[in-house]
Amino acid sequence: MDERDIHGLIADVRASRLSRRNFTRIMVGLGLTAPLAAQMLGAAAVAAQPRADGFTPTRRGGGGQLKVLWWQAPTLLNPHFAVGTKDQDGSRVFYEPLAAFDPEANLFPILAQEIPTLENGGVARDGKSVTWKLKRGVSWHDGKPFTADDLVFNWEYAADPATAAVTITTYRDIERVEKLDNYTVKLAFKNPTPFWFDAFCGARGMIIPKHLFQAFKGDRSREAPTNLKPVGTGPYRFVDFRPGDLVRGEINPAYHVSNRPFFDQFEMKGGGDAASAARAVLQTGEYDFAWNLQVADEVLKRSEQGGKGHVDIATGGGIEHIQLNNTDPWKEVDGERSSIKTTHPFLTDPAVRSALNVLVDRGAIHEELYGRLGQATPNFLNGPTRFRSPNMRWEFSIDKANQILEAAGWKRGADGVRAKDGKRLKVVFQTSINPERQKTQAIVKQACAKAGIDVELKSVVASVFFSSDVANPDTYTKFYTDLQMYNVGPGAPDPQTFMSNFTSMEICSKENKWARRNTTRWRSEEYDRLWKAAESEMDPAKRAALFIRMNDMVTQNVVVIPIVWRNSVSGVSNRLKGTDLSGWDSYLWRLAYWYRQS
Amino acid sequence: MSKYFLRRTLILIPVLFGISAILFTILVMAPGDPFEELATNPNVPPEVRMNLRAKFGLDDPLPVRYARWVASMVRGDWGFSFVSRVNVDTLILQRLPTTLIVLGSAQLLAILVAVPIGTYSALRPYSIFDQIATTLAFIGFSLPTFFTGLLFILLLSIHLDWLPFIYRSDISATGWRWYWEHVRQAIMPVAVLGLAQAASMTRFMRAAVLDVIRLDYVNTARAKGLSEGVTLVKHVVRNALIPVVTLVAIQIPTIFGGAIVTEQIFRVPGIGSLLITSILANDTPVVMAVTFIFSVLVLLSSLAADMLYAWLDPRISYR
Repeated sequence: MDERDIHGLIADVRASRLSRRNFTRIMVGLGLTAPLAAQMLGAAAVAAQPRADGFTPTRRGGGGQLKVLWWQAPTLLNPHFAVGTKDQDGSRVFYEPLAAFDPEANLFPILAQEIPTLENGGVARDGKSVTWKLKRGVSWHDGKPFTADDLVFNWEYAADPATAAVTITTYRDIERVEKLDNYTVKLAFKNPTPFWFDAFCGARGMIIPKHLFQAFKGDRSREAPTNLKPVGTGPYRFVDFRPGDLVRGEINPAYHVSNRPFFDQFEMKGGGDAASAARAVLQTGEYDFAWNLQVADEVLKRSEQGGKGHVDIATGGGIEHIQLNNTDPWKEVDGERSSIKTTHPFLTDPAVRSALNVLVDRGAIHEELYGRLGQATPNFLNGPTRFRSPNMRWEFSIDKANQILEAAGWKRGADGVRAKDGKRLKVVFQTSINPERQKTQAIVKQACAKAGIDVELKSVVASVFFSSDVANPDTYTKFYTDLQMYNVGPGAPDPQTFMSNFTSMEICSKENKWARRNTTRWRSEEYDRLWKAAESEMDPAKRAALFIRMNDMVTQNVVVIPIVWRNSVSGVSNRLKGTDLSGWDSYLWRLAYWYRQS
Repeated sequence: MSKYFLRRTLILIPVLFGISAILFTILVMAPGDPFEELATNPNVPPEVRMNLRAKFGLDDPLPVRYARWVASMVRGDWGFSFVSRVNVDTLILQRLPTTLIVLGSAQLLAILVAVPIGTYSALRPYSIFDQIATTLAFIGFSLPTFFTGLLFILLLSIHLDWLPFIYRSDISATGWRWYWEHVRQAIMPVAVLGLAQAASMTRFMRAAVLDVIRLDYVNTARAKGLSEGVTLVKHVVRNALIPVVTLVAIQIPTIFGGAIVTEQIFRVPGIGSLLITSILANDTPVVMAVTFIFSVLVLLSSLAADMLYAWLDPRISYR
């Protein structure tokens, strides 16, 4: 069965000639997982089914106070300036996008009347435009109506480089946002855009009111009083904000969803550390929800024994992986090491690469270090599920590594380290300082030693490792070592930018101040071609196949060694319901639907 | 006296310049940048970060940045935070009262505990009371505040569930309940800071009283028939307080240091926790402002100590 047959089946499902269940059965028969099959249908439709919700309140409010803990507190409340997810979450209490991404990365309408699709004509066949219909009767917290003008303004505001918006890339490439009438806007793109649901959707798509920000577009953006006192359309109205400490809201009596939200007050407290935040929700029950509990699973399990709350896991696409340097990090050419003009003396040897690939004990790393916080994976691209490759397997075998190296002529020296043509298998492996990462390094080092590869470990403070400081030699984009490890994720429910990490256009070098994405400096014309094709491919199934092919290329060629697919972990009070966390959107994407069970 | 005060105040100005220059240089030379979080977000291309750096003047050479900082500081403009894009003075004013309340109460608690215990220990040296007080004092100043803080949380919040361990600046209750809630959540941070401070102060007080109580004028006071209470308060304690006042003043920087850690543990929204988050985020304007305020407070407190000497001991005069 090839791609075309699958297409036929999807069409049958859509025309009700084939039930969803039978489709899934056929796909499972082909060796796909059931969720993947469901995703294939989802990929074709993109729009989510209306979500079933066990709780139907008969009136708005009455739930008292909702207390949540963000151990890194929001520092600003303008979604276009959001430096981290914490700021997006803080903004999301008050501001909303047209549509949010549910846990399966499908679109869920918030301020949109419906999700544009090819079928309803919202998405143009050529992929060069999309038309959104806005929900009517939505008003800003100050009573002014929410209209198409606001959307046009958000595009102008964020796309203006002088505004210094972090969301600039989402809006810059839109050719025009046109108001068709008060409740219809048309987004026109320069090129076919399969990821048309970037602007105005999800955490990067929150919409700010034109009437309060129009005087502060461009250079004066910092002066807007509304930066600190948001006026949005969200379920809660602004009460108080102290950067780095507190965000407070009260129920929006005119919220556009009837009988929502449930809580009367909202409080987001910040500061402290993740472990004590976990304790405050799971053990003492002082708070209802705690965000991003990056602590050892063991600690979480111990806190959960308090019986007041449980850990909730949202799966995004974060991947903890090891990168192999394709260039020589120890030779300086034209004032830079790891220069694209060099090649690595031995890491470019396929035998060494595949040996390293089987020397990473993903199973042990997952079980011993990450637990519920991640899962072992052979893939670099793990989500959304419709883009995940079913073809790859991982294995851990020191014997196999030895065989591969032996066969390729790497002979053990007197000190046990393998060598060939005077080159010794000695690598420097760097990562940022973080307990799990140092333990992972140790596990890898140990296995490599048994296969005759000498690994020297290096750890760099996170603030240096991830900085864009051009003068510092230890940043991850300079990659002045043989191997390095960190976590990266697509951040958006579309892998286009994420997968540009391996295109030759994105290679980091002195010339571009190392401000690019391709840190491994791997080059492949075929990969570049696939990536370019995916950029304008409008057929979801074909596009998914392209990404799966790209993932298989980078993992088969061992450009990177994926280790653990990381989850985001939150603490939720046992009485708090309806959170439905999504790895593709803000933690608070469904805040309006949260409620407390009595 | 006023001339002395004036001279001391004038000396503060070059000292502050020196401090700020050193602070600024260290901060700017430290690696990292405030937009680090954007680095691993694939949706934010590196050029956005580069633009932000250029826009906020982070790429200019050090002397230029320092000159710009001093120039605006002299005009009373503290700049704005790179991270929250809020004016620094607003950020600090929001948080200063909490810090002052917590630190003030801790210092008060320390004095209230240390002075009577130290004095009583000195009056009956090597008694059971003195032995216990000494032991506790040693435990007190050998344990760092972050450790006692965690112990308090584990015992009082988690095991006994008596006190909340998250400090909230927005308590919604009204009337007496409001005060009660504030007191309740302040008990642990204040106790942690105050008791650590009291531990060393008790030892100092004891030593000072022991020194004074043997002196002839104390015997004279007793001989001329003054009651024991009056002798103690007017002649012994007042004189013994002089070294203790120095200690209080000298320890102000330590207590600020302790406050930074304690604020982080209990999530007290004071300038200490602001400092920590800003350092972690490489938010230079905020770090500069907070450390600058700390140094001003330290300098002023040592000046205040010198002034207090004159009041406690009229024999000390200033020229």
